Amino acid sequence: MSPARDETRTKLLQAFTRLIDPAVATAFACILALLLVGSIYSREFLSVEYLLQQLKVASFLGVIATGMMVVILLGQIDLSVPWVVAVGGMMACAATAHGDIGVIGAIPFGLLCGIGLGLVNGFGVAYLRIPSMIITLAVNAVAQGLMVVHTGGFMPQDSASDTMHFIATGDIVFGIPNALIVWAMIGAGAVFVLTRTSYGRAIYAIGNRERASFLSGIDTQRVVMIAFAISGALAAFGGVLLAGYAGRAAQAMGDGYLLPSIAAVVLGGTSILGGRGSYIGTVAGVILITLLQSILSVLQIEEFGRQVIYGGVILAMLLLYGRERSVR
Amino acid sequence: MRDWRYTLAAQRGTLIALGLFMGLFALYVAKHPAGFTANVVQTAANKGAILAFVAMAQTFVVLTAGIDLSAGMTFTFTNCLGSYIVAGSTPTALLGCLGVLVAGSVCGMLNGLIVIYGRLQPIVTTVATGSIYYGLALWLRPQPGNSDNFNSDIADLMTGKTFGVVPSALVVLLAVVLVVWVPFRRSTMGRAVYATGSSEVAAYMSGVPTQQAKFWAYALSGLLASVGGLYLSFITYSGEANFANGGAYTLYSIAAVVLGGVSLFGGVGSAIGAIFGALAFRTIGDLMFVFELDPLFQPLFQGVVLLLAVCVGAARLFRIRNRLDLFA
Repeated sequence: MSPARDETRTKLLQAFTRLIDPAVATAFACILALLLVGSIYSREFLSVEYLLQQLKVASFLGVIATGMMVVILLGQIDLSVPWVVAVGGMMACAATAHGDIGVIGAIPFGLLCGIGLGLVNGFGVAYLRIPSMIITLAVNAVAQGLMVVHTGGFMPQDSASDTMHFIATGDIVFGIPNALIVWAMIGAGAVFVLTRTSYGRAIYAIGNRERASFLSGIDTQRVVMIAFAISGALAAFGGVLLAGYAGRAAQAMGDGYLLPSIAAVVLGGTSILGGRGSYIGTVAGVILITLLQSILSVLQIEEFGRQVIYGGVILAMLLLYGRERSVR
Repeated sequence: MRDWRYTLAAQRGTLIALGLFMGLFALYVAKHPAGFTANVVQTAANKGAILAFVAMAQTFVVLTAGIDLSAGMTFTFTNCLGSYIVAGSTPTALLGCLGVLVAGSVCGMLNGLIVIYGRLQPIVTTVATGSIYYGLALWLRPQPGNSDNFNSDIADLMTGKTFGVVPSALVVLLAVVLVVWVPFRRSTMGRAVYATGSSEVAAYMSGVPTQQAKFWAYALSGLLASVGGLYLSFITYSGEANFANGGAYTLYSIAAVVLGGVSLFGGVGSAIGAIFGALAFRTIGDLMFVFELDPLFQPLFQGVVLLLAVCVGAARLFRIRNRLDLFA
């Protein structure tokens, strides 16, 4: 073999490894492993119906995790997800009670409420310089309070509109669930913004070092505030989808989405410290989490065992590829 | 002459928390129909002490610039364990108490080992271990319940009134501070924890045993969380694996720690401050009742007060002369 050919081969190999993040590759490998484990138990796990059903369920988490990822890329975190999800769902449902305009405006109204809460988060983090963990916690508490007053005081409508129901459960083409299409569109948007726009560049830059980004002329505070608004909007939209899926909105509907969304983003190879990560990884993380939950419930393991295995598997996967570099 | 000023500046966070608590509690007692009686103080102390223990647990980890999202779940797990093994005659029940404390410490140590040797970020580690601890709690108590021969003598002793006046909760709290916190703060290990939290690299370069410091911080955190869990068993005589409750305690403990002047960036603050932060946070919730507002508004009121309290932290913006310091 000639040395020149050898050289091109190593170059190709390098380009290949650069293209494929080892974390993302491991995450996808874990998905395959999970499916294999499932298929030993039952052939159903490899059927198209089951996989589409799982992707449909995954798309709710996927939408919410997209917002979480944007915030985590900044090196921040959004703990207000549970009640922003609930606000999105409940407000959209409440709006449908107000005639035709309400029905048409239901989804935008739910989104607007989420954006509003996200802006409060963002303003606190970016301009008041309050640690995101704290301000989002406080906004979560306020959102909870608002919803308790809302349900208790006004006897609102809590059933979803037909549009919401259709988006979350229906299918238009070839039996592909609408929710999955919605997630794919939001995902495509996220990939475009993160990789092809100056705003996306700014997010990665701030996640690496906000000070340096500021000195490079980025209006970092505005970028951070908008990122939290995006997270709020997507969490609320996740709530709208969930309400459509279940047919109605409930107070605790967002409780099960905070930790899985963080876990999905981190399992996808995004650094919790910010500045590093790709959207395809988050997709892998979301599918991984959803499959894991599904398989654990199909195997009819008792709830406590599911919790323990769930935590253990997340830990094991992170130990496989999520480790930080040693300090020294 | 400058000595007291220095001390005052160092303890500012703790003193502010103390002031906040005193103010709120004075308001509470003044409006309370029964006034400042031993019973009113005892009830308030029992409720406050549990959160104070979990907040202390959170403090240890936050001082190392980490965060423990499993604190509430360790608390729930040890509560369930306590409802089983604090039973029988007094000596066996005391042995059971010891067992609960050991179990909690082991949970903390596990967190520490994963963070130190697994080199995972504390936030994702404790998300995953929290799920495991909750699973264990659920295994012990699928339904809320208590042991047939739960030793209520110890429980009453710990939750009643010492000498008929002083609430035992405060005595226990003081004892824990004197036995755990004061020796820790004055030891080399305590100083190492503060140094590690201020700057891990600098601490390492100066020969501080940073890994040991982190390990003990996490272990003590688990221990304190189990003191909280044990205390809850004393109050309720039973154990309950309540997911929402565990999550709420995690979040409240972070809020209490911040109200108590402990910096989430590590290395600043004290557990004493966290205790007053916890007591103040509890008093906020209680204020609703004495002002006879609609209970419906309680979560909203608590959320808004929390939001305002954390926004007070933005006051430091007025001291910043150079815009670059915003991004430090």
